Amino acid sequence: MYKKLAESIREYKKPSILSPVYVSLEVILECIIPLIISKLVDNISAGCTLDVIVKYGLILVILALASLACGALAGVECAKASAGFAKNLRNDMFARIQTFSFENIDKFSTASLVTRMTTDVSNVQNAYMMIIRIAVRGPLMLVFALAMAFIMGGKMAFMFVVLAPLLAFGLLMIIRNAMPLFRAVFKKYDALNSSIQENIKGMRVVKSYVREDYEKEKFKGTAQDVCNDFTKAEKIVALNGPMMQFCLYCVMIVVLYIGSYVVITSHGLDLNVGELSSLLTYGFMILMSLMMLSIIFVMFTLALESAKRIVEVLEEENTIKDPENPVAYTGDGSIEFDKVSFKYSKKAERMALSDVSFKINSGETVGIIGGTGSSKSTLVQLISRLYDVTEGKVLVGGHDVKEYTLDDLRSQVAMVLQKNVLFSGTIKENLRWGDKEATDEEIIHACKLACADEFIEKMPDKYDTYIEQGGANVSGGQKQRLCIARALIMKPKILILDDSTSAVDTKTDASIRKSFKEFIPETTKLIIAQRISSVQDADKIIVMDGGMVNAIGTHEELLKTNDIYREVYESQNKGGGMDE
Amino acid sequence: MSKPMRPHGPGPKGPMGPGAPFKKGIFKRVIKTLFEFYPRLMPAVIGCILFSAIVSAIPAAFLKNVIDISKNHIESGDWASARTEIIKFVIILASMYVISIIAMFTYTRMMAVITQGTLAKLREKMFNGMQNLPIKYFDSNNHGDIMSYYTNDIDTLRMMISQSIPQIITASVVVTTAFFLMLYYSIWMALVVIIGVIIMFNVTKIVGGNSAKYFIAQQKSIGKAEGYIEEIMNGQKVVKVFCHEDECEDEFRVINEQLFNDAANANKFANMLMPVLNNIGNILYVVVAFTGGVLLINNATNISISGSALTIGIVTSFLNMTKQFSGNISTLSQQINSIVMGLAGADRIFTLIDEKPEADNGYVTLVNAKEENGQIVETKERTGMWAWKHPHSADGSVTYTKLAGDVKLLDVDFGYTEEKMVLHNIDIYAKPGQKVAFVGATGAGKTTITNLINRFYDIADGKIRYDDININKIKKADLRRSLGVVLQETNLFTGTVMDNIRYGKLDATDKECIKAAKLAGADDFITRLPEGYNTLLTGNGANLSQGQRQLIAIARAAVADPPVMILDEATSSIDTRTEAIVQRGMDSLMKGRTVFVIAHRLSTVKNADVIMVLENGSIIERGTHESLIAKKGKYYQLYTGAFELE
Repeated sequence: MYKKLAESIREYKKPSILSPVYVSLEVILECIIPLIISKLVDNISAGCTLDVIVKYGLILVILALASLACGALAGVECAKASAGFAKNLRNDMFARIQTFSFENIDKFSTASLVTRMTTDVSNVQNAYMMIIRIAVRGPLMLVFALAMAFIMGGKMAFMFVVLAPLLAFGLLMIIRNAMPLFRAVFKKYDALNSSIQENIKGMRVVKSYVREDYEKEKFKGTAQDVCNDFTKAEKIVALNGPMMQFCLYCVMIVVLYIGSYVVITSHGLDLNVGELSSLLTYGFMILMSLMMLSIIFVMFTLALESAKRIVEVLEEENTIKDPENPVAYTGDGSIEFDKVSFKYSKKAERMALSDVSFKINSGETVGIIGGTGSSKSTLVQLISRLYDVTEGKVLVGGHDVKEYTLDDLRSQVAMVLQKNVLFSGTIKENLRWGDKEATDEEIIHACKLACADEFIEKMPDKYDTYIEQGGANVSGGQKQRLCIARALIMKPKILILDDSTSAVDTKTDASIRKSFKEFIPETTKLIIAQRISSVQDADKIIVMDGGMVNAIGTHEELLKTNDIYREVYESQNKGGGMDE
Repeated sequence: MSKPMRPHGPGPKGPMGPGAPFKKGIFKRVIKTLFEFYPRLMPAVIGCILFSAIVSAIPAAFLKNVIDISKNHIESGDWASARTEIIKFVIILASMYVISIIAMFTYTRMMAVITQGTLAKLREKMFNGMQNLPIKYFDSNNHGDIMSYYTNDIDTLRMMISQSIPQIITASVVVTTAFFLMLYYSIWMALVVIIGVIIMFNVTKIVGGNSAKYFIAQQKSIGKAEGYIEEIMNGQKVVKVFCHEDECEDEFRVINEQLFNDAANANKFANMLMPVLNNIGNILYVVVAFTGGVLLINNATNISISGSALTIGIVTSFLNMTKQFSGNISTLSQQINSIVMGLAGADRIFTLIDEKPEADNGYVTLVNAKEENGQIVETKERTGMWAWKHPHSADGSVTYTKLAGDVKLLDVDFGYTEEKMVLHNIDIYAKPGQKVAFVGATGAGKTTITNLINRFYDIADGKIRYDDININKIKKADLRRSLGVVLQETNLFTGTVMDNIRYGKLDATDKECIKAAKLAGADDFITRLPEGYNTLLTGNGANLSQGQRQLIAIARAAVADPPVMILDEATSSIDTRTEAIVQRGMDSLMKGRTVFVIAHRLSTVKNADVIMVLENGSIIERGTHESLIAKKGKYYQLYTGAFELE
């Protein structure tokens, strides 16, 4: 896992290395400073001359400035390294997601991908910053301060050897006891928050049913529960402060008592007054570095979960790959399903499609009809290889779809998805998704075919009108027509409309179909629809039911022979009025 | 509402930006709230903090004494005589330490209780307050923003209460004590320290200011990147269909680069603050040592409160105090961020708590009733018959009106804002048991009308009568209890299918719920779920299809058994063939009730007693299906598909 993550450091290796180097220098300087200070104090107490003080003072100022420079540089390099690492992680994840097949996309929800790319990355970024700075600083400080304490205090420094492990053990115990509690309570906390969210979203329901008091009562219970658990966990963490303080005070007393004993009995030879106060400084440093380590440990465990989620995306294998020796798409727009069965995942018990076979000639218009869950969309998604068949074969233009490269296949098979999206940008920019090099004339032509030109021309900025995210400023019917136009600009051999005119009125719907017939007769057209009127003039209509082809035929044939088709027809035309 | 900067995830955060992001007096209110919630614990905690802070400031002074004693005996090397003096100090110190640790142990544990308890109480206050807010609040505020009161703002407040407040008290006590000790020993040297402190404050301001600037920029870039990621992830399948992957990657790279720049800069300054302050502290230390040395060597006259002469002991303890001083100032500078953000969070939390609740001046209530000798009388038990209890303040008498479901709207005008009216002169007469349908384009005002009937919004002009009672006189809770609502956007709650159906009537038996589900045509698919009625639904029924969710919502309304129902696009996500099946259930559900139906699929409303065609907030046509078709007006155009609804 770490290796996978480390691959994203790349050009930020230099700052990632420089940062700990600067930190180490800073720590060394910081440890030397008290030593010099003790010398200075000794000299002052020995009644030295001014120039000695100036000498030590200068050394100290230089050291402090050097330490300041190192610290600042470490900060800069570290910021660069961690922000850069985060940037690369985001880029890598984004690029990885772009290679995902539909199956991969289905596995991760949109919301989870967004969280992984934002919150999780920033958690890892912060942990990385800690690692290359504080995690270097902590142990180094511990070692150096300990060494200095020994150099200075001799045997007295042994108290640190006793105290440090004691404190370390205490900290570890706190973490070990508190972490599982925190993890459990955070889960409850998340549940509490999602129930609040549910309540906010469903406020109309709450108020309609006058359930305000019921909700308050329900909330009170869970909120109290969360509070109790949090308090329990925090009480353990609260031991941290007094424990640190205890160690610090022990050091103080030991240093004062034994220190003064050593000072006096040795006539200031083994230990002098200046060193006494420096020893206290080192003691403080040692305890602080242990504290730092414990914080890092906690941060690190928390970031670990985030790191796992990131690596999951980075390591997700694309399930649909280009063939090694692809054939170029030169055929026509014919489609053939040969005993095709399909299920969405290996674990799924039921086949979404089973034993589907049919043949569509190039240039035909084919309607597909069936209830919700009859796998209409699944069927057409196999044509542009958005999913791979489980059994059987799908042939397009005379070859198995698996023999083409994805780019080649998909630029010949245009698909207007049921859940379609426009992106923020002008209408023109959106339409150029179909063909980057499309001229304005081509764009207008496609829009005329899709009956989109009429409303675009009425808009203030016409083709340069800005579309808000998700197409919020155009109506459902307009959005669908724009999406059809976008697909037409590709000039595909096969055009698939997956319930793409549901919000378009029947009249416009009919005129779109008419222009298809007139202007793109050689393109194979597949139309999935709820409305019978959208498919009744097709060359053939496929009736789907429960993942199987129930019948294939023309409108008239099916009305006579097929029960499902007739039922759908009647549910829409009872009492007349629907037919023109 | 201007949105103050919000932290994004844990990690280093910038101090306050230009202009405080919170109102004045918020800090006072936070403290007041703490005392209100914990009137006994809070003084105890503060006492403990003060005590342990003072104790931690004192050793510097003791150190001076011990060092002076050692110094005096260093020549003689006479430990025995020094020992008695030293041990006196050590014992005093040790006992103070013991008490201090006990104090600290006590207050940190109490603080855990106070912090979490306060948050829980605030959370509950917010939630309870929220339940009483009018629907308008939820319509005009972004749900994500409301949610962040409970997540971001509560989190920042936790940081502030549990860490910043104790630390600030400690640090200020230590700084003040040390400051007075300094003045006590030597005013000259204290002056040097003060100058150093001023420099440190300024450095904090400059470095922190820069970091804040970039943190704000970083927030913006994060927002932009998040927006882009969300947009592309949402349209990922479209990206694939158009082979647009490389273009998206390039676009993302540009946005990501900007985010990197801002993040690197923001963290750069934030990271620099500590080492810079620490080393200024070190330099200050040198300057103090130098000053002390100069003063000692020259035997300069010491000006101090104590009046004692400058000794080596004083200089060394001064040095220690300097260290403590600068250390505490660094700590304070680190806390500024969380204080500012905590206060900003507290400000928003209080804003929500202070939000004005939904007003209700209604006094007509809904009671169980039975008929005795042709008179309607109030009764305690559930009779299945309901009546409006109408007290008259003029003569103190009470009249009872049978709940029938007769709804009239007379010449109603309404606008969500005063400037823009969305409904004009609406007249509707719905007799008990009638089905009234609304059709019209999105934004024509169909849903708005239903919002007025259950008083989610109040009309601007005109009258609404429910069983001939002005609905403003009816208590809102009772009014709504008499209305069942099924909305297009179904909201289910975490819990079993059974729980969700029972939401309509909390004391309904399982049998009643199943009966309602059968009525709604939902029983069929529910029994096929892995655990039937006990299947757990989460995330608004994420594992169900939109149509199935609608069926559960219909069952929920059915179990409530109200005399008036509002169906707002209740069957829009069910395909026509299934709808035909559900329709039977719907018809039996609607039997004997006054029903308001909104649907854009006209087959749903065809059998209504009266259909109203709305356009731009006015009723332009009304009549039965047949009469409207015969009229060949707007309805006819819609029905024949010559006109687009959405």
